[in-house]
Amino acid sequence: MKLLRELLFPLIAVVAAFIVGGILILLIGDNPIEAYRLLLGSALSWPDGIGYTLFHATPLIFTGLAVLVGFRCGLFNIGAEGQLYIAAFATAWFGITFANLSAWLLIPMCFAAAILAGAFWGAIPGVLKARFGSHEVINTIMLNFIAIALVSYFTQYHYKIPGDPILQTAPIGYGAHIARLGKFIPGFPERIPLNLAFILALVACGLVYLFLWRTKWGYEIRATGSNPTAAEYGGISIRKQIILAMAVSGALAGMVGINDVMGYHYRYYDGFSDNYGFTGIAVALLGRNHPVGVIISALLFAVLQHGGIYVDGFSEHVTKDIVQVLQGIIILFVAAEAFFRGSFGRFGLLKRSKV
Amino acid sequence: MRDIFTLSLFWSTLRLATPLVLAALGGMFSERSGVINIALEGKMLAGAFTAAAVTYAADAKLGMGNASPWLGLLAAIAAGLFIAAIYAVTCIRFKADQVVSGAAINILMFGIPGFLSGAFFLSSGSTPQLPRGHLIPWTPIIIAFALVPISWYVLYRTPFGLRLRSVGEKPEAADAAGVSVKRMRYSGVLIAGVLAGIGGAYLSIGQSSLFTRNMTAGRGFIALAALIFGKWRPFQTMLACLLFGFTEAVSIQMQGAVKLPSGEDIPVQFIQMVPYVLTIVVLAGFIGSSRPPQALGIPYEKEK
Amino acid sequence: MLELRNITKRFGAVLANDHVNIKVGPGTIHAIVGENGAGKSTAMRIAYGFYKADSGEILVDGQTREINSPHDAIALGVGMVHQHFMLVETMTVAENIVLGAEPGSAIALDLNSAASQIRQLSEEFKLAVNPDEPVEHLSVGQQQRVELLKALYRHARLLILDEPTAVLTPLEVEEFFSILRRMREQGKTVIIITHKLSEVLAISDEVTVMRDGKVVGCLQTKDTNAAELARLMVGREVLLRLEKGEAKIGEAELNVKSLTVTANDGTKRVDNVSFQVRKGEIVGIAGVEGNGQTELVEALAGLVGAALLSGEIEFEDKNIATRGARSRRELGIAHIPEDRHRRGLLLDFTLAENSILGVHYRKPIVSYAGVFLDDMAIQRRVGEIIERFDVRPANPTLPARALSGGNQQKLIIGREFYVGPKLLLVSQPTRGVDIGAIEFIHRKLVELRDGGSAVLLVSAELEEVTSLSDRLLIIHQGRIAGEVDPKVATLEEIGLLMTRGH
Repeated sequence: MKLLRELLFPLIAVVAAFIVGGILILLIGDNPIEAYRLLLGSALSWPDGIGYTLFHATPLIFTGLAVLVGFRCGLFNIGAEGQLYIAAFATAWFGITFANLSAWLLIPMCFAAAILAGAFWGAIPGVLKARFGSHEVINTIMLNFIAIALVSYFTQYHYKIPGDPILQTAPIGYGAHIARLGKFIPGFPERIPLNLAFILALVACGLVYLFLWRTKWGYEIRATGSNPTAAEYGGISIRKQIILAMAVSGALAGMVGINDVMGYHYRYYDGFSDNYGFTGIAVALLGRNHPVGVIISALLFAVLQHGGIYVDGFSEHVTKDIVQVLQGIIILFVAAEAFFRGSFGRFGLLKRSKV
Repeated sequence: MRDIFTLSLFWSTLRLATPLVLAALGGMFSERSGVINIALEGKMLAGAFTAAAVTYAADAKLGMGNASPWLGLLAAIAAGLFIAAIYAVTCIRFKADQVVSGAAINILMFGIPGFLSGAFFLSSGSTPQLPRGHLIPWTPIIIAFALVPISWYVLYRTPFGLRLRSVGEKPEAADAAGVSVKRMRYSGVLIAGVLAGIGGAYLSIGQSSLFTRNMTAGRGFIALAALIFGKWRPFQTMLACLLFGFTEAVSIQMQGAVKLPSGEDIPVQFIQMVPYVLTIVVLAGFIGSSRPPQALGIPYEKEK
Repeated sequence: MLELRNITKRFGAVLANDHVNIKVGPGTIHAIVGENGAGKSTAMRIAYGFYKADSGEILVDGQTREINSPHDAIALGVGMVHQHFMLVETMTVAENIVLGAEPGSAIALDLNSAASQIRQLSEEFKLAVNPDEPVEHLSVGQQQRVELLKALYRHARLLILDEPTAVLTPLEVEEFFSILRRMREQGKTVIIITHKLSEVLAISDEVTVMRDGKVVGCLQTKDTNAAELARLMVGREVLLRLEKGEAKIGEAELNVKSLTVTANDGTKRVDNVSFQVRKGEIVGIAGVEGNGQTELVEALAGLVGAALLSGEIEFEDKNIATRGARSRRELGIAHIPEDRHRRGLLLDFTLAENSILGVHYRKPIVSYAGVFLDDMAIQRRVGEIIERFDVRPANPTLPARALSGGNQQKLIIGREFYVGPKLLLVSQPTRGVDIGAIEFIHRKLVELRDGGSAVLLVSAELEEVTSLSDRLLIIHQGRIAGEVDPKVATLEEIGLLMTRGH
């Protein structure tokens, strides 16, 4: 019964968002049914629809998990976008610099690069909050801008192939490529970029679950998020938890780099992220901050993301911005729903910060 | 180096600080009443887009000529109010988490301008360029800086201001005294919407001549940092905004004027980064000594 | 003057007021008594418009009235002073008093006329205050006067006071009573909500007794006595003093030397305090809240930053002043905090998860590579705690939020006792707890002491701290004002130490 209630509220949010979105589409003179058919219909075809949807879902699972871990500690990580860019670039850097190494060495190295770089960029706002009390919302947003600028600089001035009109780095070594799922699934073409990172994403979900609910570290993070004063009383160091949670969060966001750099573009491609970081927020909230919810939610948003391209191309007035609009409405509804659930989401309430 | 510090730098500073001052003052009214305002960015975007779009339409469809930007400004205020109203209802009526709701509004406003401009202007997120006569470069600056002493007076010398402040510090006390916490908080948030809307309008039809996608580039958050730096007080906040404006103005001047030791230009990305790095530094350095309104961010419930 | 007829109010599953009938005559001092949770505050908040009754009527001066908000109540001449003061600390006395009824116009606040009006009222009722002083600088007694002036400024004819003496020293209570008598002389009607029977008998003309949301008696004060009132409040004979045996005292477990705790604003909250707690004894610290007890206990528990501390804290001859909370727990120090919701519980977590707070990171809770939580060990622990400490409902999967105050407190106590602490720091153990649980908790504390543990008990309830302690220290403005033998000390003696500090 409780499970049903847990599912009901997100469902209401999504339906409500589609209704409001539909009204907006009507207002600009298009047919909402048509638009939604384009948006959703393309997702279910085999192999392209499903393949691309799962591929789009992969980064969303990572960022959704990242935001989830933050929320469970009472922190709002809006910086997943910056974290994934830094991580992606770091991954590419290792892939380019050590291009001649064999896959046995290079792949773990690049994995580590993504995870550690993301953790580093995520830990920065964590430290700022733990040490100075400055709110992670503003800091992560600032760091997003800084990350994007930094990475763009390095790409443009140091790692681009001269003469290449596209802002992207040189390709990574072959040893850093990870296999596309087309290699293993019969009838599934390898041109579809769905790759092993998807499996990694699912594994990450399991690991996050275990981490948060079955280990002592997870207990401490969740306790800090639930009531930092009581956690402190219980001997938990709030500062450590903040930094740890933000680092783990950043690490998860960083894994997006694995999917894109090692499994799709095979280089760092500037601007590759289609708002994965921000969508991750919607994914986590809609998924009730639980790994299973994140998977379902990520699939939904992946469908929207994939469909957005179709809508953009084939409908008269509707652009793919409709996806962001729907996202924003969904988050609003989810946030307002707390009112009806009798508990108030305590996301940003760590008293040490002032915004 | 010396040719950087000229009169033009002073005007630059004022111009760059204006949207920050407007947004920050708006944020001040909201936060003083106890409602965190992360959504300033979204409200500014709403204002910016609406101002540009309506100004264009006023001329193209209504033939208003040089009077168009005024209609645009009014429309921007209306847009800011509208978005603020959505935010207010979500946070006050439904007691939603204010930070999450604010983020939702911002995400929404990443999409809506693009959505609407795609529909009306068949563009990928910008509005058509406006001719010079259809811009209002000076009025918002005057409004912004005039509002600083006015805000001070309203906040500290009127009953409205007293009630607003009490609601932000200890809503139970205000409630017990018969003051409507709800009404005060709605006022605070709506004022923020109006002012942020004007700030946004200045960006699109004052400082430049069109709206481009995500043109606020984080200014709503920088305004928030300025507000914290300014301890939620009108004059100090204005000074903080001027500081940010000054830094941005200097770094723009430096580009092209100051070279790296190698003789090359400083890469544009580093110039871009300056306001963001400064914000982080300011927040880290000054937040400790800054005391926010005590009830900030906590939805008011009549508990036992 | 005021009548509540058949007032009923429900909060979710709890029936706070069940057909409550209260009649208050004009120009009287009327007491409403009952235990915590009896519904007295709820009924009065309905009268003040803070809550709306589900059914029933309110009559003012014999006429039925709609009171939907404090605004309406104030307009009818009803004023209320709450248990926790409703004052904005950063604003001045004048600003606080006129908030909501400001003199001047909409565009110009006239604080000068406010100040003069306040001075006038101040004279009339002998409530001395300085209108321009920020409230945060005032003492508790002075803040209470501001609250009274707030009501009088709005021409209140009826004043409802909720637990007005909870934060006053015995001397301040006397002063307070004379203020009340003066108000009665001036024709005001006063209702005091309290659970202190001695005060009811001292000051009121009539008393209404409530229990479990119902009114169980309405008497003329001169016709009744403490025993009868207690019986009505509880529904059975009440044991007002706990039976306890002789203490078997051993050597010192805790030795505090010249402890000073400074607050962030530089004031000394705990000032050069020294005392000992020995094995097998209960040392009580009595004092009005706000005199440093909170900071003292938190410093002993390891919850105060080292930068704000000076002095020595010795536990079993080891200096623990620099150790954190976790380290102190490991040494065998347990802590029952005064604010169970903020400090003691993770309200959204289950009872099971709450039962391991503090030991969640080590054996036996953690096994499997020293990282994973052992579910069976957790279930075993929470099951035992629930059984031994009679926590109801006995369901470990419930969120802690779902329990009543008394049961929450029992859970916390069970958790802290489970580790077999050598030293127990306990603060306000029975605040907001119903009387059945109070007796249970007191018994458990004495059991712990009989088992050889050292107990430091801080309580604002004089009855509790005098009956449980073997030695009693009185704290005043951060200093130990004196030590008395609780078996023989008189209330006067203790009261004087609490007030004057010597």
